Amino acid sequence: MHNLKSLAFIISTAAVLAACSSPKPLEAPKVEEKPPVAQAPAEDHSHDVRPVETGNVDPLNDPKGVLANRSVYFDFDSYAVRDDGKPVVSNHAGYLTKHTERKVLIQGNTDERGGTEYNLALGQKRAEAVRKAMSALGVSDGQMEAVSLGKEKPKATGHDESAWAENRRADIVYQ
Amino acid sequence: MKKLHTLLFSATLLMGVAAHAQLRIDIAGVGSNQIPVAVAAFADESIAPQQVSSIIRADLERSGVFKVIDARQSISDKSNIDLAAFKASGADALVVGSVSKLADGRFDVRYRLLDTVKQGELSRMADAVAPRNTRLEAHRIADDVYEKLTGVRGIFATRITYVKQNPAARDYTLVIADADGENEQVAAHGREPIISPSWSPDGTKVAYVSFELRKPVIYVQDLVTGQRHVVANEKGNNSAPAWSPDGSKLALALSKTGNTQVFVVNADGSGMHRVSNSNGIDTEPQFSGDGQSLYFTSDRSGGPQIYKMGVNGGQATRVTFNGNYNISPRISPDGKTLAWISQRNGGFSLYAMDLASGQEQRLADGATEPSFSPNGKYIMYATKGGGRTSLAVVSVDGRIKQNLSTQAGNIREPSWGPFMK
Repeated sequence: MHNLKSLAFIISTAAVLAACSSPKPLEAPKVEEKPPVAQAPAEDHSHDVRPVETGNVDPLNDPKGVLANRSVYFDFDSYAVRDDGKPVVSNHAGYLTKHTERKVLIQGNTDERGGTEYNLALGQKRAEAVRKAMSALGVSDGQMEAVSLGKEKPKATGHDESAWAENRRADIVYQ
Repeated sequence: MKKLHTLLFSATLLMGVAAHAQLRIDIAGVGSNQIPVAVAAFADESIAPQQVSSIIRADLERSGVFKVIDARQSISDKSNIDLAAFKASGADALVVGSVSKLADGRFDVRYRLLDTVKQGELSRMADAVAPRNTRLEAHRIADDVYEKLTGVRGIFATRITYVKQNPAARDYTLVIADADGENEQVAAHGREPIISPSWSPDGTKVAYVSFELRKPVIYVQDLVTGQRHVVANEKGNNSAPAWSPDGSKLALALSKTGNTQVFVVNADGSGMHRVSNSNGIDTEPQFSGDGQSLYFTSDRSGGPQIYKMGVNGGQATRVTFNGNYNISPRISPDGKTLAWISQRNGGFSLYAMDLASGQEQRLADGATEPSFSPNGKYIMYATKGGGRTSLAVVSVDGRIKQNLSTQAGNIREPSWGPFMK
């Protein structure tokens, strides 16, 4: 990639230099005396556009793409990936199996109710459920780590069912 | 970092001055058969940074065991005292003392505990202390009074650790304070959560879980040197550290095998080995008083219940049977009482069980994260109220309750430190 860029730079630099070395004639044009099809100034490339290959846009960085959704939600007292979370899991599994150099941290969360350490273990169960689902879709174990934040880092800070539902969640975090 | 600590400490001091006390203590309920004790102002105590007699008075009152009578006068330990007059005023015992400045800048703190009934001396102490240790010396005197009059070692000179947090500001502080919540010092501070602090049995170190690496990792920190080392940073979660009674080992909860299981590791992080073996959650290990067993929380039967197994694993026996949610086992220092959190009728309550009889008692509602005082007479816990979390203390008989609340912010995850020499 680096070589390609260098090559493109050299070519475009050469084109600019070539243009500079062939100044246009300064005398006023005498249009009526010239043949309608004049000899093209073959050495003048100043109006040409040389394309530069930038590579494909990483779908992971597309804010409107399916990979922008990185959260899997869970029901109360449940540690199974719901139907609405399955596309999220399969989309990221698809990406990770194509990009085996990428690694993810799967962070499980719980709502605020109950003990600190038991919630940490429950959040881990959620992260592990997502990890297993992605593993079943072919993502290698070396690309994933399932961990828990328990009730310590709530996304929703309220104390009602809607906040709790938002916090019963596992997030796929790219490293 | 050192500068940050200094800055934080200064800020805390300023707040402390403004608010007088960093933790406000409310006491509800009193013990039966309170012992009436008169506490006199110590002679010349105003020369020391803290008023010794008022700290002693506050300690004794907070214990719930004493009816503290203000002697309304300053009485030196050297004075001739009319004990009969104090007996007549209802006091069974009298605390007197003096403070004098030594040539090297230290304070000579002397105290006597007098029996107004038998008209004699029960105890006396004389210690030369650095000015900054005046408060500690007052706590030691209160401990001596408590022990001489009740026969149980006092806990006023012990320390506690807890986490102060402000998640919105991403501000988490591991605090070390006196058992009364005064004299706060910052042990660790950062932008990620800190949970589950646990004092080493010798009181020099604290094990805790920090999320600073975007996942729970267990550290042990030497409180005096500030040095810390990683005890467990395995793949997955590393949490719930608990010391063995001799301080040589830590029991932990790790999820390196996929599900959370109990492991034991040497205090330096070596010799890690798995001791529990289930398909579900095994967490919150606690050593028994003799170090031969581990109590822990497991969901192997569905909801979480407390179990007990040998320190090397093997067959686990179930300990809790009432209710569908029993977590956070803590064993009293004498090994006879289990304190834990049980969810019944929606709320989370602190319970205590006499392990020999299986007799249960509900001690407090709205409670999580219990921790026994080293004399086994009190349990500190985190409690929610008014939209924030604070600390509370209840006596093991359930009769005396104190709330410790900061002026601002949440405090949680208490761990009561051991007796210090």
